[in-house]
Amino acid sequence: MKKHWRRRHIVEAFFKGLMLVSFIVVAGALGLILWTILVKGLPALTWDMVTQAPQGGFYLGKGGGVLNAILGSLYLAGGGTLLALIFSLPIALYLKTYLGDSNWGQYVRLSLDVLWGIPTIVYGVFGFTIMLAIGLRASLLAGIVVLSLVELPIMVRAMDEVIRRMPVDLEQAALALGSTKLEVAMRIVTRQMLPGIITAILLALGRGIGDAASVMFTAGYTDRIPTSLMQPTASLPLAVFFQLGTPYPKVQQRGYASALILTIIVLIISIGSRWISARLNKYTVK
Amino acid sequence: MNTQLQESDLNPPTQKAKSAASQSMDTHIQVRNLNAFYGKQQALKDVNIEIPRKQVTVIMGPSGCGKSTLLKTLNRFLELTDGARITGEVLVDEQDIYARDVDVTEVRKRVGLLAQSPSPLPMSIYENVVYGMHIHRMYKDRVAYKKAVKHYLEIAGLWEEVGKRLHDPATSLSIGQQQRLCLARGLAVEPEIILGDEPTSALDPISAQDVEKRLLDLKQQYTIVIVTHTLRQAKRLADYVIYMYLGEVAEAGPAHEVFTNPQHERTRAYLEGQF
Amino acid sequence: MNRQIQFDNTKPDLEAEGRQSRPSVVARNQQNQLARRTFFAITLLPMVLIAAVTLILLVRSWPILSAYSLKDLFLGSTWRPDEVLFGFWPYIAGTFWVTAVGVLLAVPPCLFTALYLSEYSHSFTRSIAKPILDLLAAIPPVVYGVWGLLAVVPFVEDVLAPLSKRWLSFIPFLAVRQPTGFSIIAGGIVLAVMIAPLIISVVYEILQTVPDELRHASLAVGATQWQTIRQVVIPRVIPGMVAAVVLAASRALGETMAVLMVVGNVAQVPQSIFDAAYPLPALIANNYGDMMSIPLYDAALLCAALILLVVILIFNILSTLVLQRVLGKNQAS
Repeated sequence: MKKHWRRRHIVEAFFKGLMLVSFIVVAGALGLILWTILVKGLPALTWDMVTQAPQGGFYLGKGGGVLNAILGSLYLAGGGTLLALIFSLPIALYLKTYLGDSNWGQYVRLSLDVLWGIPTIVYGVFGFTIMLAIGLRASLLAGIVVLSLVELPIMVRAMDEVIRRMPVDLEQAALALGSTKLEVAMRIVTRQMLPGIITAILLALGRGIGDAASVMFTAGYTDRIPTSLMQPTASLPLAVFFQLGTPYPKVQQRGYASALILTIIVLIISIGSRWISARLNKYTVK
Repeated sequence: MNTQLQESDLNPPTQKAKSAASQSMDTHIQVRNLNAFYGKQQALKDVNIEIPRKQVTVIMGPSGCGKSTLLKTLNRFLELTDGARITGEVLVDEQDIYARDVDVTEVRKRVGLLAQSPSPLPMSIYENVVYGMHIHRMYKDRVAYKKAVKHYLEIAGLWEEVGKRLHDPATSLSIGQQQRLCLARGLAVEPEIILGDEPTSALDPISAQDVEKRLLDLKQQYTIVIVTHTLRQAKRLADYVIYMYLGEVAEAGPAHEVFTNPQHERTRAYLEGQF
Repeated sequence: MNRQIQFDNTKPDLEAEGRQSRPSVVARNQQNQLARRTFFAITLLPMVLIAAVTLILLVRSWPILSAYSLKDLFLGSTWRPDEVLFGFWPYIAGTFWVTAVGVLLAVPPCLFTALYLSEYSHSFTRSIAKPILDLLAAIPPVVYGVWGLLAVVPFVEDVLAPLSKRWLSFIPFLAVRQPTGFSIIAGGIVLAVMIAPLIISVVYEILQTVPDELRHASLAVGATQWQTIRQVVIPRVIPGMVAAVVLAASRALGETMAVLMVVGNVAQVPQSIFDAAYPLPALIANNYGDMMSIPLYDAALLCAALILLVVILIFNILSTLVLQRVLGKNQAS
């Protein structure tokens, strides 16, 4: 039974090597991207960048920062996520409680998957068209509504994944005690699935903050920090885009720094959601 | 109930079985100082046994005693589980199958396995049987392969039923037929040893009986090691018995000795149906 | 002898005992029904939304669809809004080229990675792979665009293009005809990394639906793991893998921001991957601001969005149907 290097072993070693290399390439891509952004963005990442709105001539190289975009993005994504949550949670709970694997449930899930696949630029165009039709101008509110459309399928899908895995006995125990289905849904499912629900919310939030195409026309752009829902607002992705579009290297550097800020925010959300779900899992039934 | 296994309990019977066995036994497989772990949990402890050639050895014991684990160490299937590892040696014809320079696919060719639930490959009946033969490139041309397929299907007792529809999907067979197909598939690579992990527990009584009969016929040519949780099946099939308890070998010896005069208290309890 | 058990039918005085009176069963059930109806209505939202989006795009692009023949619109190559000439072909071709390059670049490594994670790796490797893939998926498109500008475009310009020019210029679709790195291949590379997490995770899940018993059956006769993968595992999952690729393609088609930043935005029908191109999403994004002044311009852009939407819907629905069936078998529910 000594090892002879038969053909089948050589073939296996070759493909196994190929697979390992592929994995390293993919993993390495992440490292490469993060490294590039860090290296190029860090030099221009000053305290001013994070605490000031653009002063006059910001895009020509004069002073200021991207606080307008940072806050704008947070307001947009925060509002959008909240709005999406109001509709997502009922849909997810309804799917679990009444639809299960029924045909209607399959249709709903299919529509959600289809919605998820619609590119954000189409949502942006759609939102803009409606805005024009009802006479709304580019504003924080419009941006929030469109973002909530974008985030809805992401959130429901993520919640659905989690809620489906709920142990059936838990539900039946509650029903056996005489709860109505609504009560079971609201009290038990949400508590058991809380970590998963929070993860879903944060996932959608992260996507919302990073998207440019949907808010491009609907939220507009401005150098001021928004103080009302009806004002246009800047967003970080667009701030990056505009700064990179100027011919001045100093402004472009600040663009890289803005990209770094955006990346850091998204990383915080992503890592934070892991941490929270690990913490909250203490109270769930395994 | 005293569940503590004393050191002194263990050695004498095994040693006795061993010395009695090695005097007259033609040992095919020898297990030396085998310990098996799933991560931190120890599943097999200090196993030392010998398995006779061309006889049916039955490994039995209460559930959780490690019999399936022991079986899996014999064809190096244990390592398929993430985090599983062993220390010790398993010698087939005095060659350690866990040695560094050993080709694990060769080991599995020599030591075949019949699993508990029949798993026909998603191919036709013919392709199932010929699968292993192709992998090891055992024959020269199609004609030879066809003859071999017929031969092994006959041994498994399937030829009459499927000879005319070799290219039907294997999933179209009944469960009993599927298990016999798996048997033919395993025999086709010409192993020396056949392992059976509760090979009839998923079958109806008639198919089960049929598979048992084939195994008894096959022992003329192959060494057979079976795990079973049914005492009756053990009594029907065994030439040699290994009784396990909590990961250790409590008793081992020729069947008639162990069944009629068990040395160990645990074995006696099991045989009397206290589990 | 019959002993009658006497039940004391007087209700306990709850308030005296300090307990709350419970809401009646009727009230709770009413609440239940109301919620049920509301939730049901909300569930209709997704379908309504899809219909609304499609319809509005259709209605608003109708002026241009009715003014010109489909053939002129889709196959025409002249795009001069001020002359009211709208030929979508360069943009459609550009979209196709970038998406195709992205998908072709992504699929082989991602399939192999998914195979590695599913069939060979230890659970430790898998546990670090998941966060890596999650992070890659979370990175915003504009950040991918910045990376593309900083790393990929120079790479194409300084390394790939010269190499191709020197050794491979006899292959038409690898011809280098412009000096910058802003090209389809740059867009393709960025897209490939963006859709990688999706392909890997879907294919991984598909591979997990193959029962271990089948793998064991093959390994038991002495097959190597690769032989098992090739002959037993992969044939079972081909429909799913195709669906995964189609799904990834549908995502790549719609990606706007990252591609826009690296693809050159030159409206031409591409002949080589080193050419620049102008995909439909970029067209819409770049021009949406100044379209109000020119007649039919807005309808044209909305028509571009409509084309994009229809193709993506088709890809998406087909692949999702297949994947739901392939993966649905093993969902816990």
